[in-house]
Amino acid sequence: MVATAADPGGAIALRSAAFRPVQAPGRWFWPLFAALGAVVVLAAVAYGYQLLAGLWVAGYNDAAFYGIYEANLVAFIGVSYGGALVSAVLRLTNARWRAPITRMAEAMALVSLVVGGSFAIIHLGRPERIWQLITRPQAASPIVWDVIAISTYLAATLIFLYLPLIPDLAIARDRLGPSASRLRRAFYRLAAASWSGTPEQRQRLNWSVGAIAVLIIPLAITVHSVLAWAFSMTSRPGWHSTIFGPYFVIGALYSGVALVIVVVAAFRKAYRLEPYIGLPHFVSLARIMAVLGAVYLYFTFSEMLTTGYVRTREEASIVAVLLEGSFAPAFWGFLVGGILIPIVLSLVPAARKVRYLVLAATLAVAGMWLKRLLITLPTATAPLIGDVWGTVQFTWVAIVVTLGATAAIPLGLMIIFRFVPILALDEMMETDSRDEREPAFERSLGTRSPP
Amino acid sequence: MTVPPDDADLAELPQVADSARGMSRRQALLSLAAAGTALAAGPLVGTLVRASDPADPTHAGEEPLPPRRWAMVIDLRRCDGCKKCTEACQAKHYLPPQQEWIKVYTLRDRTGVEFNIPRLCMHCEDAPCVRVCPVTATFVDRDGLVLVDQDKCIGCRLCMAACPYEARYFNWTQPKVKPPLPTKATPEFPSPQQRGTVGKCVLCVHNIKFGQLPYCLEACTMGAIYIGDLDADVATNGTETVRLSTFLSENNAIRLKEELNTKPRVWYISGHGEDLAW
Repeated sequence: MVATAADPGGAIALRSAAFRPVQAPGRWFWPLFAALGAVVVLAAVAYGYQLLAGLWVAGYNDAAFYGIYEANLVAFIGVSYGGALVSAVLRLTNARWRAPITRMAEAMALVSLVVGGSFAIIHLGRPERIWQLITRPQAASPIVWDVIAISTYLAATLIFLYLPLIPDLAIARDRLGPSASRLRRAFYRLAAASWSGTPEQRQRLNWSVGAIAVLIIPLAITVHSVLAWAFSMTSRPGWHSTIFGPYFVIGALYSGVALVIVVVAAFRKAYRLEPYIGLPHFVSLARIMAVLGAVYLYFTFSEMLTTGYVRTREEASIVAVLLEGSFAPAFWGFLVGGILIPIVLSLVPAARKVRYLVLAATLAVAGMWLKRLLITLPTATAPLIGDVWGTVQFTWVAIVVTLGATAAIPLGLMIIFRFVPILALDEMMETDSRDEREPAFERSLGTRSPP
Repeated sequence: MTVPPDDADLAELPQVADSARGMSRRQALLSLAAAGTALAAGPLVGTLVRASDPADPTHAGEEPLPPRRWAMVIDLRRCDGCKKCTEACQAKHYLPPQQEWIKVYTLRDRTGVEFNIPRLCMHCEDAPCVRVCPVTATFVDRDGLVLVDQDKCIGCRLCMAACPYEARYFNWTQPKVKPPLPTKATPEFPSPQQRGTVGKCVLCVHNIKFGQLPYCLEACTMGAIYIGDLDADVATNGTETVRLSTFLSENNAIRLKEELNTKPRVWYISGHGEDLAW
């Protein structure tokens, strides 16, 4: 809290910081908005071309039937999962430091899920027939499981973002006043759902947020396991693996926490949130990220060891291309740059600076995208009869669509924070006021606080 | 796929049923001609005739044979890898060149011996592709053959991932080859192919169901490809007729990737000593 003589509790400063993106986002906002928007529009154009020309323009062929889009699908839904989970777990464990970052984590979860889910449509040969997944579904198909899991999880992330927002929307309704347009005020009035902060409302809200935080954990695990199972329900070497469910879940968490770090750092800088989000936040998030990275490393080792040791013909060829074949530079690059360096940077005291931790997180996000490509490509191009490997082309269409999806995440967040406060205002004020009421030792024990 | 219940009478094998059942004169003639060489004198073999160039490859309006449990046998001792089967299949199904519904691989077995092996859709009785299709676009027809309804396919390609035999192809672009006749594409004769959907070998069900041979078999000058019926227990390569079960067991016929339990309907006879464990 930033307390001054005129603003002893720092509440006014906090409020103005949280609403800064809503009221005065800064001179950089519209140029960046236009630039990111242009990339997204370009991606839409590329996708339109793909619709007209056919999927070959995205670099596919019969000997490489899955590729970049499938890697994107897993990578983007993965980071969404990490965002939702870090917020849910921190809520449930009453980690107090979470309050300033949960909003960004939850919004990131929603935006990246929408972007990631769209790849489930982008990679289809006949996207206009997607409604058939609802009108003539086959329950035995992992893709139908995916549809159910992703849409349920989408609803959950929406609720998970919205519920803790209600008190903040009420603040917007009550405080923004005539500076906001009529439409905006109508939106806040409607969205705040007559919140007045009565004890009864507060109790209900706390209960609901707690419930959705509990629910979203198994949901997120389901989503990512099912996504993994779409691969491992085939008999293909490298995919048909019992480890795949948990392997994908941990990978998603790792990359998701990493993206939370990047997003929080970017918006902290852009909207001058330094008084509320400091180095300790990044250190804590980086520690979580490092632990998840280590678990992912362990899974990778376990997978490589078991398949590489027994060396059945097809499995061995996948291990070989990864460890010493055409995918080896990418694989070792991922291991060192995407896992080892991020772990070291996250844990070594000498690197305890925001920029190093952000570097670690950026490497982790990029490395995990590469890893998803390393999951998709070798198996999708491996021969099942004979020994001729397929090749994926990295075409401009696939690259532009991928860049557009990447740009859509900051763009989506910028749009969301034009309408809702970027900090969980109500939560932050509440944890603060409780801090004043409670003895210090109780605070350190982390007694019950609203989720 | 087992025999549909309405096919129970076939099990009792009323061997003359087919010829009695209103066949065209052309079919009947060839039926008699074939019967002379057929050791089992199976009605199935008798009714399978050269398809050559039918006016309508979809046989619209014709009466199909009763349900069969089709099986194919490929005698690798005879295959010289000439790829005439592939060419005929592509030409008559109007396929783009990269779609080899029957694809001839030249492989080396463990002893270093080179051999040719034509791979088509195995029409597995427990087909992984059928199981993973989210919209039942891939389905099993009344004869137990695995077909794709390209009007339903959403193009997710999970069936391509699930197929252990690389037997499925995707229309990555609008197919340029078009049938000369404006035929309506059906799962049995999916020509013209639809952009953004999956295509694969249909075992020429559009032909065999009407008593005609598959295109690949017709084109095979070596007589390496046999088509038959597991219930009637006969198979033919167009000139010879064999008792299917005896033919398979005497020649130690095997199926590809038996360990995956997909129960293919295609058998291979390896005679040069190759064990197919390439």
